Amino acid sequence: MTASVSHLKGLDYSVVQQCMHCGLCLPTCPTYDATKIERHSPRGRISLMRAIADDRLDVTRTFANEMYFCLGCLACMTACPAGVNYAELFEHARAEAESSGVLKSPKRSLIRAFAIRWLFMDLRHLRFVGRVLRLYQQLGLQRFVRRCGVLKLLPKRLRELEAITPDIQPKFSAELIAPLTPAAGRKKYRVAMLIGCAQDLIFSDINRDTVEVLARNGCEVITPPEQLCCGSLHAHNGEWELARQLARKQLEQFPPDQFDAIISNAGGCGSHLKHYHKLLANDPAYRDRAELWDKKIKDIHEWLIEIGVRPPANHAPEQVVTYHESCHLAHGQKITAQPRQLLGLIPNLKLVELPESTWCCGSAGIYNIVQPEMAGQLLDRKLKHIQSTGASIVANGNPGCLLQLINGAKQQGLNVRVVHPVTLLAEAYRR
Amino acid sequence: MLPRQILMSLGPNILSDLRRLLGADNVLTEKEDLIPYSFDGTAALQQMPGCVVFARTTEQVAGVLRLAVQTRTAVVTRGSGTGLSGGSLPSPDCIVLCLAKMDRILELDRANLTLLAEAGATTQAIADAAVAAGLFYPPDPGSMKISTIGGNVAENSGGLRGLKYGVTRNYVMGLEVVLPDGEVLWTGNKCVKDVAGYSLRDLFIGSEGTLGVITRVLLKLIPKPAAKKTLVATFVQMDQAAQTVSDIIAAQVIPCTLEFLDRTTIHCVEDFAKVGLPLDCEALLLMETDGHPGPVAEEAAKMEEIARKNGAKEVRVAKDDGEAAKLATARRSAFSALARVSPTTILEDATVPRSELAKMIRFVAAVAAKYKLRIGTFGHMGDGNLHPTFLTDERNQDEMHRVEEAFKEIFTEAIRLGGTITGEHGIGVSKKSFLPKFAGDAQMRVMRELRRALDPTGILNPGKMFD
Repeated sequence: MTASVSHLKGLDYSVVQQCMHCGLCLPTCPTYDATKIERHSPRGRISLMRAIADDRLDVTRTFANEMYFCLGCLACMTACPAGVNYAELFEHARAEAESSGVLKSPKRSLIRAFAIRWLFMDLRHLRFVGRVLRLYQQLGLQRFVRRCGVLKLLPKRLRELEAITPDIQPKFSAELIAPLTPAAGRKKYRVAMLIGCAQDLIFSDINRDTVEVLARNGCEVITPPEQLCCGSLHAHNGEWELARQLARKQLEQFPPDQFDAIISNAGGCGSHLKHYHKLLANDPAYRDRAELWDKKIKDIHEWLIEIGVRPPANHAPEQVVTYHESCHLAHGQKITAQPRQLLGLIPNLKLVELPESTWCCGSAGIYNIVQPEMAGQLLDRKLKHIQSTGASIVANGNPGCLLQLINGAKQQGLNVRVVHPVTLLAEAYRR
Repeated sequence: MLPRQILMSLGPNILSDLRRLLGADNVLTEKEDLIPYSFDGTAALQQMPGCVVFARTTEQVAGVLRLAVQTRTAVVTRGSGTGLSGGSLPSPDCIVLCLAKMDRILELDRANLTLLAEAGATTQAIADAAVAAGLFYPPDPGSMKISTIGGNVAENSGGLRGLKYGVTRNYVMGLEVVLPDGEVLWTGNKCVKDVAGYSLRDLFIGSEGTLGVITRVLLKLIPKPAAKKTLVATFVQMDQAAQTVSDIIAAQVIPCTLEFLDRTTIHCVEDFAKVGLPLDCEALLLMETDGHPGPVAEEAAKMEEIARKNGAKEVRVAKDDGEAAKLATARRSAFSALARVSPTTILEDATVPRSELAKMIRFVAAVAAKYKLRIGTFGHMGDGNLHPTFLTDERNQDEMHRVEEAFKEIFTEAIRLGGTITGEHGIGVSKKSFLPKFAGDAQMRVMRELRRALDPTGILNPGKMFD
């Protein structure tokens, strides 16, 4: 699609019209809940999209900003009895905002060119930045910089951003995971492992644990060292063509007919990965492969329950865990029971339900960076609920949420361990 | 004094006065802010307001109304905008007075079993507060998760439990109302008995924002029933379900819920809620009885027996409260779920005496066939309150015209059978043209005079209910 085509007007009108404005999405929308203003609700946003499709409203700056004020948590999709495909509407609306250029500024264009077009289009770039950051952290430079007060010279926003810079792992996935990990015992499945982009830098240990758990459950795991971003960042930020490019490359690197499953352990990525068919629907060369791909993509929790995961043996210390649901795992992929089932398999681990477990924590991709105020409010709300459970462990299946919770717990001095369920499972196996 | 109905458009002065009164953040005027307030829960109605304002106190509401009277500006009061008759649809260039931010629950009086809340508190928040105190607030409109109590009172909303527990009116003990001139009035109190003067409280209930702005509501709570039992019965013919309902009432059993869904609705609801509704039947009855465990068990057994006698294919008992709650939530989603199969869903709430129910159901089906319309019907069978819902497309003008004609016939038949044109959604704009025929000249005259007496300048929700 070229920049001159209107995304919303081009959309099948029945998708725009599906919302019958009953309002049942309102109580589940974090931004409506916080503001009580209709524009900040799914129903309100859809009415604006429809106004654009109907030529009653131009694509304005206010509209574009509103589309970026939406977390994209998709809680409204779980709540919607009418089955409105908000995810699709929302991605079209952001694409509309981008192609209209109403948000263009030199600073924004520069940041987008750097992050979306350079950093996340080629993971060698991302790893390079990761190595620089790692060096900065390992040499003690970060501690020095933080202590000596030089940060006070930075503008407040940059100072806040510096504070949430994630700790880069000492080793990336390729250094931890062999390209081929044989199944422990009898080989029952052949699966591919997607190491992700940010996940690879910040949570390569989770990737290692995922591969280990898969291998212990009869899976031969193929993990190519050089991989790509899934394109979710691009699609969510109105860059559909780049998202398509990445999807095509994924299909080439992981021909879906060669695997029993293609595994993602990041809720946000999985939610996007499962919709390549829609993304490439107009591409005859890739359409069929994409359809098969969508069927083969499995979230790690989903896959382990599907194949009848082996429960770990006993003798762990007794601990209380609570489970915070990644929005795109719960609302995007409708995977809510499986992570709890996995946690339930671990001996001596007691699962206490988290109040509002499906309410967004404010991470929402890069939302916590671009909308720090709303993200902060949501994080506080989440941390309060976590504390109310008395749990010493919070489990979660998405790197963005994990980072957000780790930073939140650090800032507020909470003594909770933030961890992916698959890591808890791997640890239990190792005991 | 200017005559009624000559209302002015918003000038810059009133906007700056509103900003001074409410704070700039609480006065919205941008087009992107107004479009989301240009409709409510009713299909195919849209009108742009002049501005949207949020009040946080009764005094602010009074201030807004005084300004509106001075400048002859129309005011449309709104809660969460879930109404189904266009009651909170803006009038052109009006002030939308949104009370969603006035949402505090002010008092729960355990000695008198009452709850006092601001108008913007959601029905769900009130139900939850009651349950937390071991009490029960029965009215449960389909939109209760987000509908506001002020809106419920203004529309006199019903719900699934109307059969045994009545509707919103039966739980309102007192109201704080701001009159158009800014004067604040309290009507009612915590006394169970009170016959001092006219019951103005009852006048404001169901007044659809035309007589005053409700700012606080004092509600009656009742003890939470100790037990309940939920049953699902399925039938191969709609008539069997209707007969089951008639027989249950005739056997002097008054369950709290007797809901029915037709085939189309069952499929849509199951598609969304995935609660395991049987898909191979023409009609489904959701029956619930509550109270003390002994009578509950007896009533449930009696209802099951009657359903079986009428040829029920299957009668299933919900295994626990969790499953019962899921079934009720699924039923509440029926109207929205029907939107899965068509772009526009237009529902009505014609209501007939229970003895006429089977006749009315057959009539609705015949009308749908006559006008070649797709229809999904569900509703509160136990209180004769049907929700025939036409599945259509508002862009298809010919079909929309047939929908209109079909509704005319349905309303006429409902009146002929001794029923009403609206059981629980209100007149608003959707049924405005049917009201004079239903109410008759004398009632129309009295209603007009009452409205003129309370709102002499005609600023409140103009064009709604009647002109």
